[in-house]
Amino acid sequence: MNKNDTLLKTLFVGISVCLFCSIIISTAAVELRGLQQQNKLKDQQSKILSSAGLLTNKTSVSELFSSIEEKIINLETGEYEDSLDPNTFNGRLFESQDYSKDLTTSIVLSSKKVLTSKTRENFAKIYFYKEGGQIKAIVLPVRGLGLWGTLYGYLAIEPDLETIIGLEYHTHKETPGLGAEVDNPRWKSLWKGKKIYSQSGEVKISVIKGLVDPDSSEADYQIDGLSGATITSTGVSNMLSFWLGDLGYGKFLKKLKKELEEKEIFNV
Amino acid sequence: MSKTREVLLNPIFNDNPIALQILGICSALAVTSNLYVTLIMCVALTSVVSLSNLFVSIIRHHIPTNVRMIIQMTIVASLVILVDELLKAYDYESSKTLSVFVGLIITNCIVMGRAEGFAMQNSPWPSFLDGLGNGIGYSLILIIVATIREFFGSGSFFGYEILVLVQNGGWYPGNNFALLPLSSFFIIGVFIWLLRSWKTGQIEEPEYRIARNNLETKEVKPRI
Repeated sequence: MNKNDTLLKTLFVGISVCLFCSIIISTAAVELRGLQQQNKLKDQQSKILSSAGLLTNKTSVSELFSSIEEKIINLETGEYEDSLDPNTFNGRLFESQDYSKDLTTSIVLSSKKVLTSKTRENFAKIYFYKEGGQIKAIVLPVRGLGLWGTLYGYLAIEPDLETIIGLEYHTHKETPGLGAEVDNPRWKSLWKGKKIYSQSGEVKISVIKGLVDPDSSEADYQIDGLSGATITSTGVSNMLSFWLGDLGYGKFLKKLKKELEEKEIFNV
Repeated sequence: MSKTREVLLNPIFNDNPIALQILGICSALAVTSNLYVTLIMCVALTSVVSLSNLFVSIIRHHIPTNVRMIIQMTIVASLVILVDELLKAYDYESSKTLSVFVGLIITNCIVMGRAEGFAMQNSPWPSFLDGLGNGIGYSLILIIVATIREFFGSGSFFGYEILVLVQNGGWYPGNNFALLPLSSFFIIGVFIWLLRSWKTGQIEEPEYRIARNNLETKEVKPRI
């Protein structure tokens, strides 16, 4: 028998290789963690800013982000949830998905078609962009199933709570050139100025198949489909109607609208 | 050609891991729709395969035969995690695009193949060069595939727009097929064909021949 093949030597070599490798990896992981988290944070912040059309090359992301106010809301009641601190708000990917794992902080949905999970969390972190105390934009995190996985993104809306400013995805697994065209600047620019709700208050905005006819009376509620990516396009429509409807931010938006209108009357 | 040069340069055309050994095809299909991301992948794989060869070779006299695969795997996996961490820290955008494929370098057949096939029998320096050569051989094909796919699929070279796409208001309807991983099969196939017409020594003998069904022929000697 080879001298290497004794039990003792096998154990010795195995353990020392593992030990050595794990020391190197943990050192690297600890050393680089700061940089990685910074990258991730910067990426998310830049997407939030860019959905609201605020991102410019001149000012740094962190500086721009300082004018953003973070709030936690309760999706069930539509109220602000002051018991949770936005800075320590715990959620994967900047959001509140982790709350959907606990039945006391989530509701059960009838279908898994949009969220991939059977439950929806009750808390969400949203972002206000304010200028001189006035709300200029509201950014809502949205997510939903595409073709290969969940798309995570931010939807920015005007303070009238009916008009879209922009939609920006930060994480998705769609096919480059087809579904991943959700990142195409030209397609993203189509969202600006589109209307969300119909006269009766239903979520009407949708991504259609083919091109939008600009003369049609529905044009304000429609976005060009992504050619070759029907499932992604449907996914985007579905997630918007979910998140803007009563199961999503609907209750909160209605309350906020009333609040803002009262304020306006008061101001006048 | 000196021995060291041979070890380094052979895997590029004469013994290319993808074209001759048909190893590492999986990532060649998956990450080649965009040239920049492909380059990052090539650098990642080349550094992993050369360093893993180096380390395996250094401890090759002490690796017990029963657990040698596991030891090699541990070294390879550690290097891959290291590369992944570095990428997340210094090039977050491409690490997001590559996502799982960096981790999958662990299962890239080239890495294990070189560790087991070369580094276990050779001293550290040639092993390192062998890894480097194989990495470059792999990169060469990936870069060719990515250039073709990016050009026809997105009309650009290295992200720089050459053919303006219809989506962006131009005239070129991007070739959706070139964007799908499947197209790499065809490109690699054509590459292998060209390479083997140039270096005929790489043509493989057919595994069997159909015996001629002809009454005049006498017995056909079976090939063994």
